[in-house]
Amino acid sequence: MKLVIPSIHYLAILPVLIFFGAALALVLVSALARGKVPLVVATSTVVTAAVASLVANFFQWRCVAKAGASVTIAHAIVLDDFSVVASGVIALSVIMTALVAHDWAIRERVSGVEFHILALASSAGALLMTQANDLIVIFLGLEILSIGLYVLVAFDRHRATSSEAALKYFLLGGFASAIFIYGAALVYGATGSTNLSTISYFLGTNVLLHPGLLYAGGALLLVGFAFKIAAVPFHLWSPDVYEGAPTPVTGLMASIVKVGAFAALIRVLISALGTQLDTWRPILWTLIVLTTVVGASLAVVQRNVKRMLAYSSINHAGFILLGVWAGTIRGTAATLFYVITYAPIVVATFAIVTLIGGVGDEHHSIERYQGLARRQPWLGAALAVLLLSQLGAPLTTGFYAKFAVLASVVDAGGGALALIALISAAIAAFFYLRWAMALYSDDGPEGPRVEVPRLTGMVIGFGVLVTVVFGVWPGPLVTLAQHATVLFTP
Amino acid sequence: MHSSLWLTFLLVVPLAGAIGAALTRKVEGRAYVVAITASFVELVLSLVVAFLYNDHVAQTQTFDFATRHVLAAPFGLAYDVAIDGISLLMIVLTALTVLLALLGARDRRQEPAFVAWMLLLTCFTMGSFLAHDLLEFFIFFELTLIPCYFIISQWGGRERSKAALKFFIYTFTGSAFLLIGILFLGFAHQHQVAGSALTFSYGALSATTMSHGTAVWLFIAFAIAFAVKAPIWPLHTWSPITYAEAPTAGSIEMSALLAKLGTYGLLRFAVGLFPLALVTMRPVVLTLAVIGILYGSMLACTTPDLKRFVAYSSLAQMGFITLGVMSGSTIATVGAVLLMFNHGVITIGFFLIIGFIEKRRGSILIKDFQGLQGPAPIMAALFTVVMLASIGLPGLSGFVSEYLILIGTFATHSWWAVVATFGVLASALYLLWAYQRVFHGRAEGANAEIADATTHEQWVLVPVVVLIVVLGVFPKPVLDRITPSVQQLIHHVAPSGVNK
Repeated sequence: MKLVIPSIHYLAILPVLIFFGAALALVLVSALARGKVPLVVATSTVVTAAVASLVANFFQWRCVAKAGASVTIAHAIVLDDFSVVASGVIALSVIMTALVAHDWAIRERVSGVEFHILALASSAGALLMTQANDLIVIFLGLEILSIGLYVLVAFDRHRATSSEAALKYFLLGGFASAIFIYGAALVYGATGSTNLSTISYFLGTNVLLHPGLLYAGGALLLVGFAFKIAAVPFHLWSPDVYEGAPTPVTGLMASIVKVGAFAALIRVLISALGTQLDTWRPILWTLIVLTTVVGASLAVVQRNVKRMLAYSSINHAGFILLGVWAGTIRGTAATLFYVITYAPIVVATFAIVTLIGGVGDEHHSIERYQGLARRQPWLGAALAVLLLSQLGAPLTTGFYAKFAVLASVVDAGGGALALIALISAAIAAFFYLRWAMALYSDDGPEGPRVEVPRLTGMVIGFGVLVTVVFGVWPGPLVTLAQHATVLFTP
Repeated sequence: MHSSLWLTFLLVVPLAGAIGAALTRKVEGRAYVVAITASFVELVLSLVVAFLYNDHVAQTQTFDFATRHVLAAPFGLAYDVAIDGISLLMIVLTALTVLLALLGARDRRQEPAFVAWMLLLTCFTMGSFLAHDLLEFFIFFELTLIPCYFIISQWGGRERSKAALKFFIYTFTGSAFLLIGILFLGFAHQHQVAGSALTFSYGALSATTMSHGTAVWLFIAFAIAFAVKAPIWPLHTWSPITYAEAPTAGSIEMSALLAKLGTYGLLRFAVGLFPLALVTMRPVVLTLAVIGILYGSMLACTTPDLKRFVAYSSLAQMGFITLGVMSGSTIATVGAVLLMFNHGVITIGFFLIIGFIEKRRGSILIKDFQGLQGPAPIMAALFTVVMLASIGLPGLSGFVSEYLILIGTFATHSWWAVVATFGVLASALYLLWAYQRVFHGRAEGANAEIADATTHEQWVLVPVVVLIVVLGVFPKPVLDRITPSVQQLIHHVAPSGVNK
């Protein structure tokens, strides 16, 4: 038997290669170097890799514009504008996180390059998920993404909550992966392939007389995804993990996991199972209602801002799911637009939380923020803008993100669903505003002044700038998201 | 047709003023000067626009100064401004309110931030009245919440955080319905016109055809948002605590101006876009309006403090406006638009005087006061003028508008008008009673030492009194500007009421 090596289009997987290469290089350097590798080297490697990946994205974009979308490595990897934009968002989040983590590592006296190696490897997994055209590759990406994150969550060895969170994340995450792969097996049984394009073709040309196997498989896949994006009722791990993980890691999780998981979810549901729209829509409907309402309601009673942001991100996950529910090009574009705008906001928010957390990363009660804007007007105003953006106030990208998904849902005939989601946003407004009010209040105990290191300051500034500039002038981002999905090919 | 640049200036001036005020925070008092200058320029600009305004731009429409630029096509987002006689009056009110609020209710705590928020609020409110596009309107409508929220939560009374949250959550929930309604309408229009891009332009959407059922649902969605904002009974419960806890300037902005955003929206969008729904919804909303009139009057009699008192009397007045807006008669609708303006002016007067009293006594509880007219005769006189206008004494502005509303409504919906007339009587009852408790009797203790209105305070109230008297005696120039636009609207939605 002759082994056929499938042809490889290297440009298509260049970002993944860059991230893995950088991770390997860091491993080698730290093994071979005498003494410890300085932190600066690690951080600059990560930033360089991410910038290189962005440059690769640029060339990929031109390639797609010239030659159209393509598949490679035995149809397992796809290169289209959608994947290019999604990987660009991931690379940007990685840069922002690396800069925040740099200052954090100096403050916490964390030496060594392990943090950065793991961050690179995880992000490579997320990149792989945005390009996956095969259930097995999605699983691969999911595992690479998760394993790195399990360790990162446990990174703060001095805090018991960090290890506890990691264990919880690991057990539930492993369970979710098992469910996912079981679902993939059932779908394979029903359609004869794990390749998304083949599944789509098979379902488009055949009528399944006994679709039970496919439904069961699809449902299990959905459960696996729901775990990763923390959709209710599969969200129980998320508040504990968000709280326990070192804060820069929480920011990374909230951004890249969402981008990767939603990109893959869209490929599975819209590209592969698009013909089964009527079957998965009601399930997703229930999931969205639970996720938005429960996420927003439970956030209201939290006193710890990291837990609050965990529930807030659950609420946001519900909103992003709205775009998937629509199942249209408009919905896909809206989902992409949402994650593009959400990632910088959430990383910048967690950057501020990292700063306020102080040495030991322990001060996360809302009282700590009392009067922050009075002591440090710029930092306070930045956080206020980021919170208003998450709330969905106009003149921030958060408004247009919500607007885009809601528009797609109303267009697809889901007025009631859109209304429920929007009312959950009104509940969510309660805790964003309570937090924002604490920033400006002048009664109660005063927290200490915090130093804003330069790199973290840059990240926060960038996040605020993005949300305000594109909040006033959303044109370019909308066009980008729309362009990336017009050429959307399974 | 005039250049739309005038309207853009109306948006830019307060915005620039806000930025300028925020930048001068280092120098004591300069932010205030910047803010006063900006709002004065704004008022002059709005008056210029009012004089330039032409009510017969084309044969068929009365919108002047129109322009439209699409900003983000996939979202249907556009900068689209135009005004007609109805919005014209609101624009002047917006500019007037901020100037008087800043002059009469100066708050020196963190003044740069305070005046910057006030000017931003003016910019956003102005935007809502200028918007000729539903999405643009919605964005400005939502944006007004943020300055309001910060003004209440930072400069308000003891329960300010509770009040600010209640206000925000209520209005935000209300607008959820509005946004879904707008989206639904936009897509309904897009699906009807083959190959058209998504648009939320008022002109385009008002031509959407829809079934009666759809129209009713959309009307309800729009009306909920506007009823919260106005407020219309039973969605008013946020307003007493909010008006009471907000700083005086904030109360003025919210009740004199932002409340009008609700009734304006109701007239322009809910009534204007869904004429089909009116047959079904008119009796319902008219009934709510009448209940609001009576309920507001009743609570105004029993409420313990002066700001809540104005809040409940406003609820009654908003009931009158809603009555006119929904009546389907030209006369009553003209009266309603005029009452929006008059109620704004009267409320500015009320809250300014209450603010003056609060500054002297540190209290707004009615039981703390007695016999103020002894030590403060000028203040009592000014209060009397405002109060009589609010009661609807002939010769003062309140009378003209209430009279128009009642006779117009009587022509189309007589029974509601009959019941509403009791509201006029009730207003005399609660206002005179409150006046009696606060100003009559023998002043003792702290009440006897209260200082009369200063020259500055008198001058701030001069425009209010002048407007009350002039619009009571000679409302013609204003009515001339409103009537063609209202006639146009009524012709579109309820042809039978055009000449009533």
